[in-house]
Amino acid sequence: MRLRFILPLAVVGAVWAVSAMAQEELRPYVIVGDSIPDSLTGLSGDAERGRAIVASRTAGLCLLCHSAPIPEERFQGNLAPNLAGAGSRWSEGQLRLRLVDASRLNPNTIMPPYYRLDRLHRVARGFEDKPILSAGQIEDVVAYLVSLKE
Amino acid sequence: MVFLASFAAAQGGAEDRRSGYQDMGAALQKMQDDDTANPAMLFVQAGEALWKQKAGASDKACADCHAAGSMKGVAARYPAFTPGSDRPVDLDGRINLCRTTQQKAPAFGPESQELLQLSAYLALQSRGLPIAPPDDARLTPVRAEGEQLFKGRQGQLNLSCADCHDDNAGKSLGGATIPQAHPTGYPIYRLEWQTLGSLKRRLRNCMIGMRAEPFAYDAPEYVALEAYLMQRAKGMTMDAPAVRP
Ligand code: HEC
Ligand code: HEC
Ligand code: HEC
Repeated sequence: MRLRFILPLAVVGAVWAVSAMAQEELRPYVIVGDSIPDSLTGLSGDAERGRAIVASRTAGLCLLCHSAPIPEERFQGNLAPNLAGAGSRWSEGQLRLRLVDASRLNPNTIMPPYYRLDRLHRVARGFEDKPILSAGQIEDVVAYLVSLKE
Repeated sequence: MVFLASFAAAQGGAEDRRSGYQDMGAALQKMQDDDTANPAMLFVQAGEALWKQKAGASDKACADCHAAGSMKGVAARYPAFTPGSDRPVDLDGRINLCRTTQQKAPAFGPESQELLQLSAYLALQSRGLPIAPPDDARLTPVRAEGEQLFKGRQGQLNLSCADCHDDNAGKSLGGATIPQAHPTGYPIYRLEWQTLGSLKRRLRNCMIGMRAEPFAYDAPEYVALEAYLMQRAKGMTMDAPAVRP
């Protein structure tokens, strides 16, 4: 297993091919510039549910790194910008791409890829071949972030 | 002035390393400093009793072969190679080597009470001493492997150890201060565990947090990570057996 960190590229390609089959579960999306303009599910998300996902330490995990206007959560992180006002800084499509795969915006980001299955190593049993959030959850979080105007 | 400023900066750089002890609140520091309040000391007492207890087919106690005081500084230099072996072991592995080859008794299980008690007893004998990894070229590739493990991303969250412990140490991860991950205090009494635990258990906890598959308890990867962490903490003061949140 430890070899996984130093696999030559050609072999990594083969691993990707294997996980690509599991990836059928990921819904296809189109990136336009720095955003994914269209909903992953074709529907719009629910901001209330999105808020609960962002607050949750087992679902979104966002408050490990970020703070957000969620006053009942006492313990928030400071590794990343406060999410307050995210909806006025970024468009809906930009927020969607940020969540789906933040490394598209910043290759060195520590923000986890919430809707990506490739280029991951030693994923724990039980989490393999699953995105961190489902397409529906991504849309809920996007709806919540869009609502954070100040 | 310029010289003074850069000299100060260099000095500052040398002292930039902070132990988990320095990152704790005053109440926990006090608990660790007071041997009558530090819960790890109960394990040390039990370890001292084990140290003197005859065991195995050879019916020998650790104390029969090792003089009092001979374990001073030992915990501060493992992992290390042992004579006749081509693989380094950590302190727990070294204890188990004596257990099986000298006492001729079955090895203690990982995280077993006995192993924690003995390692706490040995670690106390290095308290206050600087971490002093062996000057042994055979450890160079082992440390390099550990460094690679430390700096490589892993798990569903796609984080590396270094993302937190090198790049974001001192910041708040959902309320917990991220320490620099110096192994000065092991085994530790961790309040979250309500018991004593090894460095391995601590590393496994971080891997689980990253949603990475932890290595098996006997995997050489832990020894590699520990060897890297000890080298990274070289010269820092041992504060084992420590208390941590
Ligand atoms: C491991 C840390 C981490 C986690 C967990 C995390 N992020 Fe981030 N996020 C970052 C960092 C760091 C940035 C700053 C930009 C960068 O480095 O990519 C960022 C940037 C952002 C931004 C743009 C911020 C701005 O206004 O400039 C948004 C929006 C965002 N994250 C939302 C989220 C949401 C929602 C979640 C949970 C579903 C989340 N993040 C989880 C680390 C994290
Ligand atoms: C998302 C951030 C994060 C990542 C990634 C992470 N850790 Fe940690 N680590 C922590 C936090 C936070 C603590 C302190 C926990 C507490 O006190 O509750 C900690 C504690 C530790 C400690 C204990 C330090 C002490 O003072 O006793 C060690 C050692 C350590 N981590 C090593 C690692 C290693 C090795 C990895 C990679 C396999 C890793 N960590 C990955 C956040 C992280
Ligand atoms: C029969 C004699 C004998 C017994 C019993 C014994 N040891 Fe040892 N131990 C040795 C010898 C000999 C060495 C040196 C091994 C070598 O270098 O090959 C050693 C080395 C060690 C070391 C490494 C010291 C260093 O400087 O690196 C530790 C730690 C240790 N023993 C712990 C223990 C513990 C704990 C016990 C009881 C569980 C124990 N030993 C029982 C003979 C013994």
